[in-house]
Amino acid sequence: MSAGQLPRWVDYGLIPVLNLAAAFLVSGLVVILIGENPIDAVKILLWGSLGYGEGVGFTLFFATNFIFTGLAVAVAFHAGMFNIGGEGQAYLGGLGVAMACLAMDQYVPWWVTLPFAVLGSALMGAAWAFIPAWLQARRGSHVVITTIMFNFIAASLMVYLLNNVLKKAGSMQSETRTFEDGGRLPFLNDIFPGFGFDYAPVNLSLFVALLACVLVWLLIWRTKLGFEIRSFGANPTAAVYAGISPVRTIIVTMLISGGLAGMMAINEIMGSQHRLLIDYVAGYGFVGIAVALMGRSHPVGIVLAAILFGMLYQGGAELSFEMPAITRDMIVVIQGLVILFAGALEYMFRPALIRLFASGTGPSAQAA
Amino acid sequence: MRLVCKLSVLRRAKEQPEGKSEADRHVAGRSMEDKRVKKLLMIGAAAATMLMSAGAMAEDIKPALLYDLGGKFDKSFNEAAHTGAEKFTSDTGIAYRDFEIQNDSQREQALRNFAKRGMSPIVAIGFSQANAVEKVAKEFPDLKFAIVDMVVDLPNVRSIVFKEHEGSYIVGKLAAMASETGKVGFVGGMDIPLIRRFACGYKQGALAANEKVEVFENMTGTTGAAWNDPVKGGELAKSQFDRGADVVYHAAGGTGIGVLQAAADADKLGIGVDSNQNGLHPGKVLTSMLKRVDVAVYQAFEDAKNDNWSSGFSVLGLAEGGVDWALDDNNKELITAGMQKAVETATADIVSGKVVVHDYMSDESCPF
Repeated sequence: MSAGQLPRWVDYGLIPVLNLAAAFLVSGLVVILIGENPIDAVKILLWGSLGYGEGVGFTLFFATNFIFTGLAVAVAFHAGMFNIGGEGQAYLGGLGVAMACLAMDQYVPWWVTLPFAVLGSALMGAAWAFIPAWLQARRGSHVVITTIMFNFIAASLMVYLLNNVLKKAGSMQSETRTFEDGGRLPFLNDIFPGFGFDYAPVNLSLFVALLACVLVWLLIWRTKLGFEIRSFGANPTAAVYAGISPVRTIIVTMLISGGLAGMMAINEIMGSQHRLLIDYVAGYGFVGIAVALMGRSHPVGIVLAAILFGMLYQGGAELSFEMPAITRDMIVVIQGLVILFAGALEYMFRPALIRLFASGTGPSAQAA
Repeated sequence: MRLVCKLSVLRRAKEQPEGKSEADRHVAGRSMEDKRVKKLLMIGAAAATMLMSAGAMAEDIKPALLYDLGGKFDKSFNEAAHTGAEKFTSDTGIAYRDFEIQNDSQREQALRNFAKRGMSPIVAIGFSQANAVEKVAKEFPDLKFAIVDMVVDLPNVRSIVFKEHEGSYIVGKLAAMASETGKVGFVGGMDIPLIRRFACGYKQGALAANEKVEVFENMTGTTGAAWNDPVKGGELAKSQFDRGADVVYHAAGGTGIGVLQAAADADKLGIGVDSNQNGLHPGKVLTSMLKRVDVAVYQAFEDAKNDNWSSGFSVLGLAEGGVDWALDDNNKELITAGMQKAVETATADIVSGKVVVHDYMSDESCPF
């Protein structure tokens, strides 16, 4: 079942669409089960996420998060590694952004702070990925285990810092002070009032995310390092034989991956919340895995998948708002079904399609 | 019928994509609506109620309720708000809308969603909502907002805070009088000034009843998870029993369920909080410190309905009936006449100002 048995448009177009359709079909059954009209539900979901400016804004805002975490997972995939520590790396990235913003926001405008925030977030995220990477490269500790463990360490570390070091005095919230204008990215609504994003928190970091997509594409397919990463991912033994250092490849790939995950914080912390707060990552790191799977680890696919998950987040919120019977937990079920069909059961329809296309185009074509 | 309503909402929102101009239109629309409502009320209250319950255009208020992250059915704080709103609906026939948020960026979004639909009053539960309420209340100056447990200083916001220290003083007094060992315990949820305020009032009350009393104080944690960790709550209570305590008071939301269970298992006494929890383990719960969030929500809806709305600071203490202690069939055997007498005197003294209960949040310290 290798690639090439199917036309590209089937692989990259039809299969994802079929997977999505299956996910929505099952979700529809769930909606019927709790006594609501699934057609209405879909209408509200689509309208809520794409039907008006603010909804689009929210969709793009969530999508920005998913692009970063999706790219992070994808880069590691190319080297044959499964970085599921995006959650913790993004959390620590927030610390990097917050340090830059807290230090500079009162003195300089945002565009001076931004490069430092980007650097801070990438450095912190990369630093958090470094130890698992080193352990994998030097000691063979499996990166899946260590990265997920590091998520918990990150959560505890941030709780400690936010409660004991960074909290503003007398506050009941575990959060830093709110950044001044120098620590806030402009909202897209202020830059492009014409789109009517209104109060949606979508901000300039969307472009940072898209830039990151281009850079990741260049890195993976147009540089020597990218070639090494892909070679190592395809066949580590052959890569080593060809003179590619496994230690260097693993560590560098994980640093890039962690840095990308950390940069998610630019959107959340500098772009929207304007303060570092507890548990702000809220699962975006894990959704990044589904986004990377669905986007076939290609930046274009990741952007599309990120937008889809953005729609699910925003449309889902709208749905539970319009249909109180569909609670927030139901939305999680629907998101879970999409992840199940698009990620885990990705190849479910593939054998059938291969048979179908083989019978249609092969020399021994038969009517049935 | 419901479908029609939903579609009309969709359509209305589609026609008015601009948030700001929509708000303006709402102002005009509302004053017209108000006039219409007054006319209807003159025709006859009964007719008006019938029209409203039929979901016609002429509703006089459209109350809304936004829960904190704990969710609608947390058996504690948020659920109390839900109870109050449900009671309002069953008393008046006026339906309300509510929403459970999934992450922090949804607070503002949900409030704005309510506001755009012209809902008023909009009651936000929990101190974490303050930033969002402040922003949205500014954008919709003609709608009424209320926030529980925090102060937002705007002309259209009612800030409802409770004097938890006064209620805690009363139950502290009861605890010290009921204790045979002269040692009582306190288990808090998340370690924040609000919960230390409970602890400090409790200590003062206990010391007022018996100046040699020893008070053990434990907090469950420093994050939101501390509100929902009954196992740890039970362990903390057990450790306090091991040190000799025989009455333990919890201010820990869902965690407190474990505290009360541990007290019942060890044949000691627990003290409930927020809602009346005497019935959870009849005869094993000495009393409950009532924090009437339900009354606050009901009152906010009721005042808006009767055109009695007042914005500003509303502090509910013993004198206002905002905090209280619970005496019912489940615990009347535990409360002796002497205890009841002492508590009534203490209540009268606090109401008259003869006894001042120290408020931890006034100076961030507890002198006891």
